[in-house]
This record gives sequence, C-alpha cells and structure tokens, in this order.
Amino acid sequence: MAQQQAAIISQQVNLPWSKAVEIAVKSLKKRLMRSTITMVSVILAIAFLMSIWLGNDVIDGLRELDRPDIDLLLLRNGVDLTQTGMSSKMVWLVSLSLVVCSVGIVNAMLMSVTERFREIGTMKCLGAMDRFIVRLFLVEAGIQGACGTLVGIVVGLAVGLVGSLITYGAPAVESLAWLDVAGSAGLAFVIGVGLSTVFAIYPAYVAASMQPVDAMRVEE
Amino acid sequence: MAAAQKQEVIVRAVDVHKVYRMGVEEVRALDGVTLDVYRGEYLCIMGPSGSGKSTLFNMIGGLDTPTRGKLEIEGYDLSGLGKAQLAWLRCNKVGYIFQQFNLIDVLTALENVTLPMTFAGLSGEEAESRATEVLTRVGLGERLHHLPSELSGGQQQRVAIARALGNQPGIVLADEPTGNLDLITGERIINLLKELSVEIGTTVVAVTHDMKMFDVSDRVSWIRDGRIERVARRDEIDIQVGGVRGRAGQGAPSQAPQEGEAQT
Repeated sequence: MAQQQAAIISQQVNLPWSKAVEIAVKSLKKRLMRSTITMVSVILAIAFLMSIWLGNDVIDGLRELDRPDIDLLLLRNGVDLTQTGMSSKMVWLVSLSLVVCSVGIVNAMLMSVTERFREIGTMKCLGAMDRFIVRLFLVEAGIQGACGTLVGIVVGLAVGLVGSLITYGAPAVESLAWLDVAGSAGLAFVIGVGLSTVFAIYPAYVAASMQPVDAMRVEE
Repeated sequence: MAAAQKQEVIVRAVDVHKVYRMGVEEVRALDGVTLDVYRGEYLCIMGPSGSGKSTLFNMIGGLDTPTRGKLEIEGYDLSGLGKAQLAWLRCNKVGYIFQQFNLIDVLTALENVTLPMTFAGLSGEEAESRATEVLTRVGLGERLHHLPSELSGGQQQRVAIARALGNQPGIVLADEPTGNLDLITGERIINLLKELSVEIGTTVVAVTHDMKMFDVSDRVSWIRDGRIERVARRDEIDIQVGGVRGRAGQGAPSQAPQEGEAQT
C-alpha cells in the first residue's frame, strides 16, 4: 500500500502554464461583460495613480528649469516649491482608490467562482488538483489585471499630459524627464497586476477547497 | 461474460458507513453497504432519491470517503488516500459521465477530451491524437472543434463519453446519462456505452431509472435507506414496460424467471 501511494505521488503533474493561460483567456472572453467591469475599476484606479505621478514628474521637470515665470505659474497653481514627491493628501487619495479597486476585484472574482461551481466540480471529478484550480483563477485575475493596468497607464498618461499642457503650456512636456515617467509607469504596472493577483488568492482558494460532491450538487 | 473474468474485483466495499452532520442531526447516508463490482461488468444502481445511491456512487468514484468501513478501488484503499491522491485516482482510474453532460463550455469538443489527459500528464500532441481517435470512435470525428453550445444533447453526451474514456480508466461512472436526452438519443447513448465497455473491457457503474439501461446491464443493485436491498443478475429480472417486476424480498434467483414466464 505504501509503495502504491508513493507511486501515486511521483506521478502527480502540474497543469502547464500555456494551458492555464488558454483556459483563462477563453473564460474571460466568455464573461466579457463582467471582466470588463472589473477591468474598468482597475483602469480607473491605475489611471488616477498614473496621472498623479505624471503630474509630479511634470512639476519636477519645470522646477529644474529654474525660470521665474514658470515658478510663478507653479506657485499660482498651488505647488509647494520646497516639497518633493506626493503630498500626504494625494497619498491618501491614491491609496483609497487602490483599496476600492481591490475590494472590487475580490468581489468580482468571488462572483466568478460562484458562477462556476459546476465547472470547478467537473474539473475536480476529472482529476484536477487543488493547485490547478488555484492557478487557473490566479492566471485569469492576472491577465485581467494586466489588461486593465495597461489601459489605465495609457489613460492616466494621456489625461496627465493634456492637463499639464493646458496648465503650463509647452515647457511642461519639453522639460519632462521621460525616464522618470517610464519608471512611474513600470511601478504602476507592478502595482496593478500585483493587486489584481494578490486579491484573487482568497477567491481562488475558495474555489479550490470546494469538495467536488458539493460543487456538483449546485443547481444551475 | 466468462466466469473467470467475473471473479476479478475492481471495486470492493465492505461494511461502508457514511454519516453526514446537518447541524446537530446525523444523517446516515450509507448504513453498512457491502458490494463487489467485477472488472468488465455493467452494473446498474437503482434506488429512490435519498436512498444513499448518490453517496455510494460518489464513493466508488473517489469523490467521497467512508466514515467507517473499507472501500477499495483497483486495490487502492480510499481511507488511506489524501486529497491529491484521490485526485490522481479520479484522473487515471475513473471516468465520469453526468446527466447534465458537464462539458467545460469555453472549450471545444477536442479540448474537453484532452483536459483530463493534460491532468494525467500527457503531452499536447499525444493527448490530441488520442482524443481525436476516441472522438472519432464515438462518431464525432467531424466535430472536433465545435463548442458544446454548437452540439446537440446527444452529441454533447458523446463528447462526455469520449472524455470519460480518454485516460483508459478501469471504471466508468454514469449518473443518469440519459436523463436529459430524448428516448431515441438515450438509447443510442446507452448502446454506445455498452459497445465501448465491451470493446475496451471497462467496468461501467450507472445510476439510472432508465429501463433501457436494464437491457444492457449485467447486474442490477437496489439500494434503500443506505443499505443494499438486493443484487440481481440481468437474466434473473423480468422487465416490462412500466416497471421492473422482480422486487426486493423475492430475491431468490429461482423465483424471478418463473415470474417472467407467467407474465410474457
């Protein structure tokens, strides 16, 4: 018996990533409406974050120009010339938007799990191990998060640039350190995908820990 | 079926009990079930709802473990298996066919059949060629890339049969496989399942109320109140339209054929 069980363990395999991605993309397409709504919350949060960061980069660039007329313009717009980085009020607002977005992700993923009890149960009957199910949901959340974040970064950049141009004119773009902007965008991407995936762990765990028998009993 | 073949036991249940807790109350779903299923046979399980037949069925499939008693599938003692090992057993040793077909609706027929093969560790090409073979055998060679929503109920159940047989399991479990199909389609599915089980030598355990299923069964087992009430071979039972005449309590094998003669 012990030998048999050892043989079982040695034969366990993992669900290939390519397969997980394929299934996840198909599931997202199937529920395009809801995945879009979840993505919108990510888009908004990341766009907000990105536009704030871009605004800071613009101000940093303008300040380094050291032109009196621009400094005056900055002062008129309420910029504290001695302060660097985000004000605590801004940090608070950005954090709040990210928290709201995260709650939305947990909610949407839990709904997705509930909707798919039968599918999860079937997969378990077919021999899917718990970690297959977890991987499937995390990959799905990750893809959803990545799409939302990318769009959010683009939207945030666009809004931030247009806003800066209107307020400060051409110098805003001319003096911009694009490397800093790229760094901000990269960080925003990590935050967006990270939050989307981390907050899907609990729903994925709920899905994976379901008994196949219970999952199959759920009426559609 | 050869007598020697019948002797090999694929599922052995010995005094199996299953108790569920619902709040403070205890529900005895199985109350001492002892049953041997032989390799290659076609066994029907009958019973009213709440009789414990689903619990027994789930246990034979490794979906549930007994509270007390011993249950062996292909020599593996269920009580000694962990979650991952049960998953392995379900993947490699058991095939499932459901009333609702339960195909993954975002995957094509071919992908549905290859999924359990992927779980079993087969490479992509290997799984695809084997799945194509099985799907062609069940008559869907032309519809490999159709989604379940583009297939009729009968075709979906064929995909499910192909999926159940894909990993060449020793035992196939069918839960009311004709429950969602019209009479003719249901009959075709039953015949297909019977043909395949004979061809491959797979054991089939079916829960059903479908009389057509009786015709192809080797044995029928009745379960009531968590106990096996009676097990009878197909030739001991007389079937008429409208019901089964061999009843519990009249289980003496000599009695049933006599009864059959009187009614035909």
